[in-house]
Amino acid sequence: MDEYLILMRLDLITKEAQPSPEQMQIYMKMYQDWVGGIAAQNKFVGGTGLSTEGKVIKSGQIITDGPFAETKESIAGFITIKAKNFEEAATIAKECPILRGEGNSVEVRKIVGTDNTR
Amino acid sequence: MQSSEILPHLFRNEYTKIVSVLCKHIGFERLEIAEEIASETFLTATETWGIKGNPQNPTAWLYSVAKNKAKNYLQRNSIFQNKILPELTKAQSEPLESEIDLSPENIYDSQLRMMFAVCHPSISSEAQVGLSLRILCGFGIEEIADAFLTNKETINKRLFRAKEKLREEKTLIQLPEPEEIEDRLDSVLSTIYLLFNEGYYSISQNKTLRKDLCLEAIRLCSMLVENKITDKPQVYALLSLMCFHTSRFEARQDDNGEQILYQDQDKNLWNYDLIAKGEIFLNKAANGTKLTKYHLEAGIAYWHTQKEDTKEKWENILQLYNRLLQLQYSPIAALNRTYALSKANGKEEAILEAEKLDLKENHFYFALLGELYSDIDNTKSLENFRKALSLAKTSHDKTSIQKKIDQYPK
Repeated sequence: MDEYLILMRLDLITKEAQPSPEQMQIYMKMYQDWVGGIAAQNKFVGGTGLSTEGKVIKSGQIITDGPFAETKESIAGFITIKAKNFEEAATIAKECPILRGEGNSVEVRKIVGTDNTR
Repeated sequence: MQSSEILPHLFRNEYTKIVSVLCKHIGFERLEIAEEIASETFLTATETWGIKGNPQNPTAWLYSVAKNKAKNYLQRNSIFQNKILPELTKAQSEPLESEIDLSPENIYDSQLRMMFAVCHPSISSEAQVGLSLRILCGFGIEEIADAFLTNKETINKRLFRAKEKLREEKTLIQLPEPEEIEDRLDSVLSTIYLLFNEGYYSISQNKTLRKDLCLEAIRLCSMLVENKITDKPQVYALLSLMCFHTSRFEARQDDNGEQILYQDQDKNLWNYDLIAKGEIFLNKAANGTKLTKYHLEAGIAYWHTQKEDTKEKWENILQLYNRLLQLQYSPIAALNRTYALSKANGKEEAILEAEKLDLKENHFYFALLGELYSDIDNTKSLENFRKALSLAKTSHDKTSIQKKIDQYPK
């Protein structure tokens, strides 16, 4: 088994795109059920949500508020999972509930350099 | 009570107290001597009480005999006086000549310290549980062997090796330093948890023994919440978890020793005092920010004490399992989560999720699929129950799966 990172990208800034508290509750349940399902297969390694505000530091020591200035897609959270190969990792990622929102995306990356022989 | 009845009862309660107090006094290196003095005390009691009848205050009698025997031992032992004593007085805050103190406070204090001593990380968790049963709960070697489904020799060897190891490590009978407490508390709690599970889930036939194990685990955990240094939220969470589980103990098994499934249990047999206590402890567990598996399991057990099959109940149980599995995977939790998922999100979704689980060797897995497919696809349901039957190991499991199969027309 290798470890894979699943990055979840959402529009965190456009007002119209933000869910109501009720919708948020439904999304959270869907998200928790998805992660719970991964964990029930013993494939969950770690991961968490991220705050919506942030700082971006660019070359030349320029600090800006938030990663949102030029893109509507910001990283909303990440999890790391165990999977046999990219294909399996992508199959799991495909079910990520944030993909039901238009314009959202997830990115799957293999974590290299870790010893996964255990 | 007749002397024949009173002694076994006293043995269970007082043996462990005498051993703990003596050990705190003479040091853990002489645990065996403490055990010997305690055993001899009971031997003397058997002889004397058999002839003269029971004393007026049997406990006080035992304490004074134990004290005298300990004093004699200390006086007789010249090597001890000349060689070990100077060493010990350095390490020990209490002077050895002092009276052996069998007051309730000192008994409590000695047992609490003993708990941390026998749950020392240098010995295996099996040995920790075994020693706890022996030294803190007063179980006989045979009873311990029964609980572990093994023989007396194995247990004797295991306990002997564990004691040797603790001696080598020069384990002190004292509470850990504040900065160490969280770590050490973890292993104490997991020992109590294992002890409890041994009683609650073990397939051993002896129902009284199993319930005793559960009650002893609760007693040890209660001692921890009575102390300011150890009354942490996770301790309350474990205590609450055990109260909720134990509340259903009598309802889980019929007179033939067969397991009764949760949905078929007679809730009149539930112990509502324990449920109420569990709720108080669960509230106390909510202090602080650390979320442990005990918190999550206590939450799950709490919802199981709510008999009504509400949407809210199963949704809460599902979310607690989702988080529990992220914290620590276990096949049983994965199966239980899938069951909760069927109750909260529907059977179809649960079947899809179940088929992703890699538990094809596990008869509970097929029994769950049989359950999920019933009324959706009865042919598949029956198929899965049959697979479960072929994998089941104990006769109890086989009988309960056979019952499910018999529900279908031939």
